[in-house]
Amino acid sequence: MINHSLKHLASMLTSKEVSSVELTQEYLNRIARLNPEINAYITVDTELSLAQARAADQRIANGDAGPLTGIPIAQKDIFCAKGWKTTCGSKMLETFIAPYDAGIVEHFNAAGAVNLGKTNMDEFAMGSSNETSYFGKVQNPWDRTRVPGGSSGGSAAAVAARLCAAATGTDTGGSIRQPASLCGLSGLKPTYGLTSRYGMIAFASSLDQAGPMAHSCEDMAIMMNAMTGFDQRDSTSLQREKEDYTRDLGKPLAGLRVGLPKEYFAEGLDAGVAKVIEAAVDEYRKLGAEIVEISLPNTMLSIPVYYVLAPAEASSNLSRYDGVRFGHRAAEYDDLMDMYCKSRAEGFGAEVKRRILIGTYVLSAGYYDAYYLKAQQIRRLIAEDFAKAFEQCDLILGPTAPSTAFKAGEKADDPVSMYLQDIYTIAVNLAGLPGMSIPAGFAPAADGKELPVGLQVIGNYFDEARMLNAGHAYQQVTDWHTRMPEGIA
Amino acid sequence: MSSWEVVIGLETHVQLNTKSKIFSGSSIAFGAEPNTQANVVDIALPGVLPVLNKEAVQCAIRFGLAVNAEIAPRSVFARKNYFYPDLPKGYQISQYELPVVGKGTLTIEVGDSEKIINITRAHLEEDAGKSVHGASPGQSGIDLNRAGTPLLEIVTEPDMRSAAEAVAYARKLHELVQWINICDGNMQEGSFRCDVNVSVRRKGEEKFGTRREIKNLNSFRFMQQAIEYETRWQIETLEDGGKIEQATVLFNPDTGETRAMRSKEEANDYRYFPDPDLLPLAVSAADIDVIRATLPELPSAMKARFEREHGLSTYDAGALTASRAIADYFTATLQVFGGEAKLAANWVMGNVSAKLNEEGRVIADAPVSPALLAGLLKRIADNTISSKIAKDVFEAMWAGEGDADAIIERKGLKQVTDTGAIEAIVDEVLAANAAMVEEFRAGKDKAFNALVGQTMKASKGKANPAQVNEILKRKLAG
Repeated sequence: MINHSLKHLASMLTSKEVSSVELTQEYLNRIARLNPEINAYITVDTELSLAQARAADQRIANGDAGPLTGIPIAQKDIFCAKGWKTTCGSKMLETFIAPYDAGIVEHFNAAGAVNLGKTNMDEFAMGSSNETSYFGKVQNPWDRTRVPGGSSGGSAAAVAARLCAAATGTDTGGSIRQPASLCGLSGLKPTYGLTSRYGMIAFASSLDQAGPMAHSCEDMAIMMNAMTGFDQRDSTSLQREKEDYTRDLGKPLAGLRVGLPKEYFAEGLDAGVAKVIEAAVDEYRKLGAEIVEISLPNTMLSIPVYYVLAPAEASSNLSRYDGVRFGHRAAEYDDLMDMYCKSRAEGFGAEVKRRILIGTYVLSAGYYDAYYLKAQQIRRLIAEDFAKAFEQCDLILGPTAPSTAFKAGEKADDPVSMYLQDIYTIAVNLAGLPGMSIPAGFAPAADGKELPVGLQVIGNYFDEARMLNAGHAYQQVTDWHTRMPEGIA
Repeated sequence: MSSWEVVIGLETHVQLNTKSKIFSGSSIAFGAEPNTQANVVDIALPGVLPVLNKEAVQCAIRFGLAVNAEIAPRSVFARKNYFYPDLPKGYQISQYELPVVGKGTLTIEVGDSEKIINITRAHLEEDAGKSVHGASPGQSGIDLNRAGTPLLEIVTEPDMRSAAEAVAYARKLHELVQWINICDGNMQEGSFRCDVNVSVRRKGEEKFGTRREIKNLNSFRFMQQAIEYETRWQIETLEDGGKIEQATVLFNPDTGETRAMRSKEEANDYRYFPDPDLLPLAVSAADIDVIRATLPELPSAMKARFEREHGLSTYDAGALTASRAIADYFTATLQVFGGEAKLAANWVMGNVSAKLNEEGRVIADAPVSPALLAGLLKRIADNTISSKIAKDVFEAMWAGEGDADAIIERKGLKQVTDTGAIEAIVDEVLAANAAMVEEFRAGKDKAFNALVGQTMKASKGKANPAQVNEILKRKLAG
C-alpha cells in the first residue's frame, strides 16, 4: 500500500478494499518504527489522526468522498493546525498549541485528508539541511548519515521513507525543491499567491509559498487541486478561477520548447549531477521537446539579493516572538529589556539569530538604500531575465541543487557553502515563478554512494498544469520516482 | 520677549470611526473588558496576516477631499519596527514614504483675520495597545483592545505663529473630522490627540530653531498652556545662553510645565520598509468620485452659501457652521419655518445656545427640536405673539409643555391687535397717569416710554407694541 499512488489509494478507499483507519494505522505503525531514527516528525498524535480517519471513513460510507478523503498526509510544522503543537522547528514555540487552522490546513480538512503529524524542519524554515531544527537532525532515508535537505527536510524524509502518502512543504528559496531533490521525490513551489499564507508561520513574506511534496507529478496535481484557491485573509493571495491541475496530464510534449540556462550548467555544478540532468534533457528530446539554450545573466546575483531581502523581512516577522504573549519567556530577568534579550537569546538558534542580525543591519538607517533598495532593484532584473527567457521557451530545465545530499555536519560551520545549495532555486522565488523538482536519477557521492538527483522544471506564471504534465510525461517513461531507499520496508 | 517668534506645527492622531480595526475584524468600541476585542490577528499569533479595512481608506479620502488635498493613486504601508509590550507584532503598520493624502489646506480664523494652514500629508496607521500598571504588584498588564484601531495622522507645515493659532487650527480640525463623519471627536477617550512641535527664533531670522515635540495633548486648554509654557521656557533658555536640544516632552497639567521624556540620541532606528504582507493601496479617480458624492457640504462652502442665500453676516454664518450639529439644527429649523433666516439665526445663536450653555447640553439633546422652534418663529413672524412673549413660550417648550400653538392657546398669550381694545386700555392708562401725561407734554420724552410700559403691563404683555406706540402717540398729540 505504501507505494500506491494517491489515485490508487482513493479507489481502494472508495471500493472499501481498505479503510482510512487501516491505512492511517499502517502509516502510524511505520512512523512508530522508523521515526525514532529518521526524526521526520516533530509531533505525532495518534488519537487526532485516527479521529480524522474515522470521520473520513464515515464520509466514504456516505458516498461523499473526494480524491483525498481518508488519505494520510503529513503537514510541515510551519502550518498552524488547531489543537496541534506548532513549533516551526524552534524552541521559541516548543509549547505553542495553535488555536486556529492555517488556510492550507482548512483545505485538507475540507477534503477529508488525514493529518498524520507535523514534520521536522529547519528553525523558522531557515536552512538547507534540516540541521537548524531545535528538535534534532533528520536523516536522509537514502543514506542515514546524510542530510535530507531543507527546510522542508522532515516532509521530504517522510515521503521518501513512506511515512505518509504525501506531504506539504513551504519554499522561500528552495525549501521544497532542494529536499525533494536530495530525497528523490517530487516537489512543487507554486506561483506566488496561488496558495494561502494565512496560518503559515512567516519567514520572508514576499517569497514564502506552500506546495506539495509527493511521489509523482500526478499525486502533486491532486494535492494542488486541494491546496490552491483565493483566501481573503491573505492580501497577497490571488483571486483566480479554480483550476484542475490534472487536466493536462497525458498530453503529448511534441513541440514543447525547453530552455536550458547556460548559467545553470557552469562552474559549481557537480559533474555527476550534470550527467544525470543531461540524460534527463535527452529524454525530453525523445519525448518531442525542442531544446533551446537560454541565458539568465543575473543568476549569480540571486544569492546576495536573497540574503538581503529574506533576512530583512525575517528580522521584522520574527519580532513578535518577544516572550510577552506566547512562546518562550526566560525564567528570570531583571527588567523589560532583559526579558526581551534573554527570551530571544534562549528561544532562537544560531542561524535564526544570524539572519535577524543581517536583516536588522540591512534595514538600518544609512544602509537601507545600499542594501535593501538595491536588492529590490536587482530582484526586478532577475524577474526580467525570466520574462525574456520565456519569450524563447515554454519551460526551463536544469539541476535543482548543485550536488547530491551531503553529510550531516559537513556544511554546518560554513553558512556560505550552505547558502550556495539554493543557487538554482532562489531566483524562482525572487521572480515569484513556479518551480518544481522531480527525481531524474542517481549520482555517486565522493564515497561512491549513489544518491538521488532532482531535475528542476521552471514554468511561467500560472503554468503549473503544463509543468506537471511535462513531469508526468517524463515519469511515464522513467521509473526514478518509484525507487525506494533500502532499509525502510 | 517681543523680539522672539514662535513656530508651531501639529501632528494630530484622529481615530477613525470605522466598525472594525484597520487590519482585522475586531470591534473598536471603547471601554470593553481588557483583551475582549483582540482576535488572533490583533495579538499577532504566528501565521496571521493583516487585511486592510476599506472603510478606513474611505475615511482618509473623505478627509483629503475636505482639505482639498491630493489623493495618492498609489500609497504604501510600511513597517515601523520597535519592541514594546503593547506593540504585538514588534512593528507598527504605518504609511511612511507614500501616504494616501498629500498636500492640502485648512483655513482658520484668529480674531478678525483668516489664515491658511498648509497640511503636509495625512497617512493611515494602526494604534498600539495599552500597558496597564498597578493591577497587581510587581507586574504590568497588557490590554490589546486598542491595538489595530485605525488612525489618520494629519501633519501640518510649521505655519502657526502663536498658541492661539495652534489651538484655532486644532479646533477647526476637530470640528471638520466630525463634520465629515470620520471621527467621534471624543478627546477624553483619545479619539483626537495632538502632538505639537514648538521652536522659537529671533524675529526676521529665516532659519527655524531646534524644535521640541509636546506629545499627546488631549484638550485645547492644555494645548494652549503647554505651548505657552514651552515657548517661554525655550526663550528663557536661549536668553540665558543655553541651547535647545531636540526632544520629546510631556505636559503635566498639574504643574503646567513641560518636561523632556527622551532626547534625540535615544531615538529608535525604526528600520522602515514596505510591508510585504500588504499590496500597495491603489485609489482610482472613480473611487474618489464615489466618495466625493457622499461627502456633505463642507463648512466653508455652507458658510459662504448662508451669506449669499440668506443674507447673513460673516459672523452669523461662521457661528452657524461652527459645528455640523448647529448647522443641521439651523438648516432644519429654517426649512420648517420658511421665513426670515436672520430671525432663525438669532434664535439658534441666542436663546437656544444660551439654554444649552446654561445646562451644559449639546444641541443634539436640546428639548426644543428644530420643528418646535420653527413653530414658535412662525407665531413671531405672523404677529401672533411679541418677541417678549415668545421668550416665555420658548421656556415653556424647553420645559416640555408642548408646541408653541398649544402653549399660546392654553396660556392665552395671543397678542391683542384689535385697535378698539388697545384704545380702551390706552384711555384707561392715560386717565390713571395724568402726572406722566403732564411730564410728557412738558417735553420729557422718557415719560412716553413709561406710558408704553404701563399700557403693556395693563394688557398683560399681549398688546401689539407697534400699535400701542402708534395709538399713544396719536392720543397724546390730540
